[in-house]
Amino acid sequence: MVEYSWLIPLFPLLSFVLIVFFLNRNNRVSSYFAIAMILTSMVLSFKILVEVLANPHPYEAFITWLSWTGFSLPMGIYIDPLAAVMLIVVTIVSSLVHIYSLGYMHGDPRFARFFAYLSLFSFSMLGLVIAGSYVLILVFWELVGLTSYFLIGFWFEKKIAADAGKKAFVTTKLADLGFLLGLVLMIFVIGTATLPELNKKIESLKITAGMVEENHSSKQLHNAEMTVHEGVSKHHKTHNRTGESHEVGTATHGKAISKEDAKRTLILIGIAGLLMFMGACGKSAQFPFHVWLPDAMEGPTPVSALIHAATMVAAGVYLTARLMGVILISPTMGLVVASIGTITAFMAATIGLVQNDIKRVLAYSTISQLGYMMMVLGLGGYTAGTFHLYTHAFFKALLFLAAGSVIHAVHTNDIQEMGGLHKKMKITSITFLIASLSISGIFPFSGFWSKDEIFAVAFEGGHYVILVIGILVAFMTAFYMFRLYFMTFTGKPRDQHAYDHAHESPYNMTVPLMIFALLSIFAGWWGIPWLHTNYASFVFFGHPHHVEPNMILMLISLVVALSGIGLAYLMYYKRAISPETMAQRFKPIYTLLFNKYYFDEIYMAIIINPTYRLMEILFKFDQIVIDGMVNGVGKLTLLWSWAKERFDTYVVDGAVNGVGHLSLATGRAIRKTQTGQLQTYALVIFLGAVVLIFMKFI
Amino acid sequence: MMSELTLLHFLILAAVLFALGIFGLLTRRNAIGILMSIELMFNGAAINFVAFARYVAPQEIAGQVFTIFIITIAAAEAAVGLAIVILIYRNFKGIEVDKINFMKW
Amino acid sequence: MDFPILTFLTFFPLVGMIAVMLLKKENVGAIRWTSVFFTFVTLIGAIFLVANYDYSTSKMQFIERYTWFPEVGINYFMGADGISVPMLFLTALLSFLSIVGSFGIKERVKEYFAWFLLLEVGMMGVFCSLDFFLFYVFWEVMLVPMYFLIGVWGGPRREYAAIKFFLYTLFGSIFMLVGILALYFTTGTLNMMELIAQNNIYNHVFQLWVFAAFFIAFAIKVPIWPFHTWLPDAHVEAPTAVSVILAGILLKMGTYGFLRISFPMFPYAVKYYAVPLAILGLISIIYGALVSMAQKDLKKLVAYSSVSHMGYCMLGMAAITTVGISGCLFQMFSHGLITGALFLLVGVIYDRAHTREIAAFGGLGVKLPVYTGIFVLFCMASLGLPGMSGFVSEFMVFVGSFNSIYIHKWIVITAVLGVILTAAYFLRTIQSMFLGQFNTRWEGLTEINGREIFTVFPLAVFTLLIGIYPKTLNIFLKATVENLVRMLTG
Repeated sequence: MVEYSWLIPLFPLLSFVLIVFFLNRNNRVSSYFAIAMILTSMVLSFKILVEVLANPHPYEAFITWLSWTGFSLPMGIYIDPLAAVMLIVVTIVSSLVHIYSLGYMHGDPRFARFFAYLSLFSFSMLGLVIAGSYVLILVFWELVGLTSYFLIGFWFEKKIAADAGKKAFVTTKLADLGFLLGLVLMIFVIGTATLPELNKKIESLKITAGMVEENHSSKQLHNAEMTVHEGVSKHHKTHNRTGESHEVGTATHGKAISKEDAKRTLILIGIAGLLMFMGACGKSAQFPFHVWLPDAMEGPTPVSALIHAATMVAAGVYLTARLMGVILISPTMGLVVASIGTITAFMAATIGLVQNDIKRVLAYSTISQLGYMMMVLGLGGYTAGTFHLYTHAFFKALLFLAAGSVIHAVHTNDIQEMGGLHKKMKITSITFLIASLSISGIFPFSGFWSKDEIFAVAFEGGHYVILVIGILVAFMTAFYMFRLYFMTFTGKPRDQHAYDHAHESPYNMTVPLMIFALLSIFAGWWGIPWLHTNYASFVFFGHPHHVEPNMILMLISLVVALSGIGLAYLMYYKRAISPETMAQRFKPIYTLLFNKYYFDEIYMAIIINPTYRLMEILFKFDQIVIDGMVNGVGKLTLLWSWAKERFDTYVVDGAVNGVGHLSLATGRAIRKTQTGQLQTYALVIFLGAVVLIFMKFI
Repeated sequence: MMSELTLLHFLILAAVLFALGIFGLLTRRNAIGILMSIELMFNGAAINFVAFARYVAPQEIAGQVFTIFIITIAAAEAAVGLAIVILIYRNFKGIEVDKINFMKW
Repeated sequence: MDFPILTFLTFFPLVGMIAVMLLKKENVGAIRWTSVFFTFVTLIGAIFLVANYDYSTSKMQFIERYTWFPEVGINYFMGADGISVPMLFLTALLSFLSIVGSFGIKERVKEYFAWFLLLEVGMMGVFCSLDFFLFYVFWEVMLVPMYFLIGVWGGPRREYAAIKFFLYTLFGSIFMLVGILALYFTTGTLNMMELIAQNNIYNHVFQLWVFAAFFIAFAIKVPIWPFHTWLPDAHVEAPTAVSVILAGILLKMGTYGFLRISFPMFPYAVKYYAVPLAILGLISIIYGALVSMAQKDLKKLVAYSSVSHMGYCMLGMAAITTVGISGCLFQMFSHGLITGALFLLVGVIYDRAHTREIAAFGGLGVKLPVYTGIFVLFCMASLGLPGMSGFVSEFMVFVGSFNSIYIHKWIVITAVLGVILTAAYFLRTIQSMFLGQFNTRWEGLTEINGREIFTVFPLAVFTLLIGIYPKTLNIFLKATVENLVRMLTG
């Protein structure tokens, strides 16, 4: 079955193509077709998961995409357990969001087009998951960015939505420059960009560099290393035959590598990995590229749930997980990743405390959770990072969809205009509560298991600063999530009009909510550390592998989360502590947070405006200096020719005209001989001939 | 007293024809007349060629060939000339060449 | 191969030109369809050429060689290899589509199509000729129709633009002539293949000077900064179809000249000048993109984007690696497709709205969804979105130039910034034209029609084909490029 996995992305692609070219007139057919296709992908993904569970050896298949003598760029797919899990996550979330959109987008004039975009997104995202080469990952990476751009700006008549789309695209594209450069550097250093080959080469380099004991590495690794050596020597031969001395991948090809060389190469690869991580920062809205994600909330809510919470933004984490073998060559580089994650998690959580737009709070919460994942990946917690990615996808999608359900009912995003909605929207309220408990890390919801594993990794690695910040973030998370919950669903309605018109959403919206609620509770149970074959052993190719469960740490995180909830309860439910007084007391901090640390303004001042100014200056330069020179040469030539013309007229022509006048006068005198009679001329000719003949004889 | 035809006879005939042609060319006022005079001159020249060919170099046929050329050219000349005459007639309402003196100073 | 396919490609449009001139000028329909017929048959010929090309060898193919003026060693010598075959195909394709796209021409139709067909003769000839004399003749032949096409059917400042274009290019051609003569008097031959075969006998100083002479001619044509200012004027003033040809084919003649003449003939000079060439490419990329961003006229924006995109060609070329030069050729081909399509699309909106000012539009996405979709597709292709040809070529240029031992790494690293600038100005354009509040002034605007879709459809197909499976183009280039690089570095 796994050899058919390349079909998974193609179903949504088919749906996209058919809707764009044929079905777009018919909303109903378009949407049902899109749903049918994504469900097919989901079924296929489940079959593959089952198969990979049974045999976790990665499946790979490559074809030549571009090739030259001595260098080629293959493209293909690579399915390891992580990819299999991601396939499930993406197809489940995508399918449910498709169904949810039936209700949410009902009556939109571009209904069919919305489903076309969703299909295109699913195609790109699934392609990204199964891609087996970093080049191919980059391809799909950009495609998900494109669909994100389209979907954020789906209601493009609103200027703010169109702006947000542009901002998202440009910011992520800016980060992708790092990805591109890293990729170029990687190809330069090691001559390949495919996942399996790259991993093999890195392992063999590590052995050469003495960073890994040869007997320490598994037998499988040993074999891999042998093949690499073979490959190198084979390459050596072709190299000699063609005599090309400077082809791609100079650094490692065709020579015996010394220990020092191997170390240097490894460092370069690590730098390449770090550059590619910059791309991941862009997609996953990590500091300092996080500014686009809150703005992206201008898109329709299902889009926010699918793209900007569960899947696309997680692609950065996915990429980082893929790159871990590369980045963790040096623990320092790992720490760079971890620090960026930690800074992001903290910063976003603090901003989330004071925002009033329901979707923006969720957006900051997403950023913060993604920061967690980056943090733990940087510390080497492959399992913990990807596991949190997996659980987070479900409860965050649920939060967004429930928020969408609320927005659908009250037509506003501002939590200050909501309140008391629990009575009107029971299902939405309960599912939102489940998701909030899960994200806060309350036992036994799925968020608890993944978050706890993150803390365990930080604790075992001895990174206590990161651990403390992480726990602080957990506290703030619990606080702002329940602030949101209490403000929205409990208390008195603050906007009576909106409240009166509020109603529970239709079934096609509530059923996905309920399914997600179940997933938010149970999905995490796969990772319970006491299970023998749990998630951790699965992603490690069937080898049991877990961080030892730490009961004290679990207890601390639970207490911290509960106290966060308790504080929110006191402030926003009981009103025992007035939020306004708090805001007043910490006014400078409040203003700073409310204005999101002024990131947008800073970027405006140091990047965007200078670029615009530079562009104006260069355009002036182009017109005045360069074109001026060209036109100046033209003008000079004209001036020169004008001067010459004067000279000609008065001096040269003066002489010429004098001769001319003389000739004219002479001409005037003798022209009388011209009678205009042909026969006169002929007679003269004839007489002339006669005279000549006579002269000949005389 | 029948003497043989000699080259001289032909030359005289040709000269007479040529002279008549020149005379016509110079005195005629009618364009068609001028053209006819030119034809006479052509014929005079043609007779000279044939005669010389026959009497001076009987083995070669260059003279005859030239005559054929002359006849062809005469025909072409007549065609072009008559076309010009017709155009002149249209533009000047007559073919008297002394009327066509617009090249005069 | 017996059929003289290259002669056919070159001179069949000339037959078409004569046929058009024999038609009555009132008979507009017949003139159009005759032109369509002749360019279409030429396109079929080009497909035939592609189908019969043997891509396993780097040798010249389809050779036709006849003595012309033996006294001075001038031959009628034509041939094609992996560098020229894609260009010949592109020329035939874009000429055909431009002719179809020229149906909107209303005045002096007969002359227009006659000149256009003559232009195709010149372009085909340049890509086929392997004799310097022939090459130069075609190079100049191309200028004349271009001059009239811009000067007669152009926009308000057409005369200025036409004269500027003509003089500027002629100025470059003079240097090329000097270079050709220098080669001729040194070696006594005008046969390019012979000149390449004996490239090791020229001394270094000679190489540097002659390379510089050719450089001026080709740099103006490409155009490389700072020789680029004729381009925005000419592109903006030219009628739509002529802009397409100008951007799609004429600019490629500069880079083609580098790869056909300068590189193989002067291997020492190429390596000597690799860094300056790469830096000029880099300046073109960044500068072109920034100036493009400052434009208010849509056509001018696309014109400056060409400066930026051709900079990638120069960068890839200067790398002197297989991947870099292949990237350059990919970029030539893909820029021809994409920018050609963008100019056609600009023409579509200009025909309807009679303005090209970006700020005058707004929210057209509501009114013209199909047009918007196609336009956005090509903008994305132009800004290097993966899955389309622009990405492949840019990626190859970056990989190739980063792996080069001749140019510095920082040039490549800086050049990558061009990608984001390109994205920025295209997104700005898309936003102010198609997104936001619908500007009710354009209530009467009609959707893109079938003929116009027909003109951009093949371009979209090829852009996607090369983007998804670049091997289709690479198999043509591979042998030739590898041979060229071996010659330069071996």
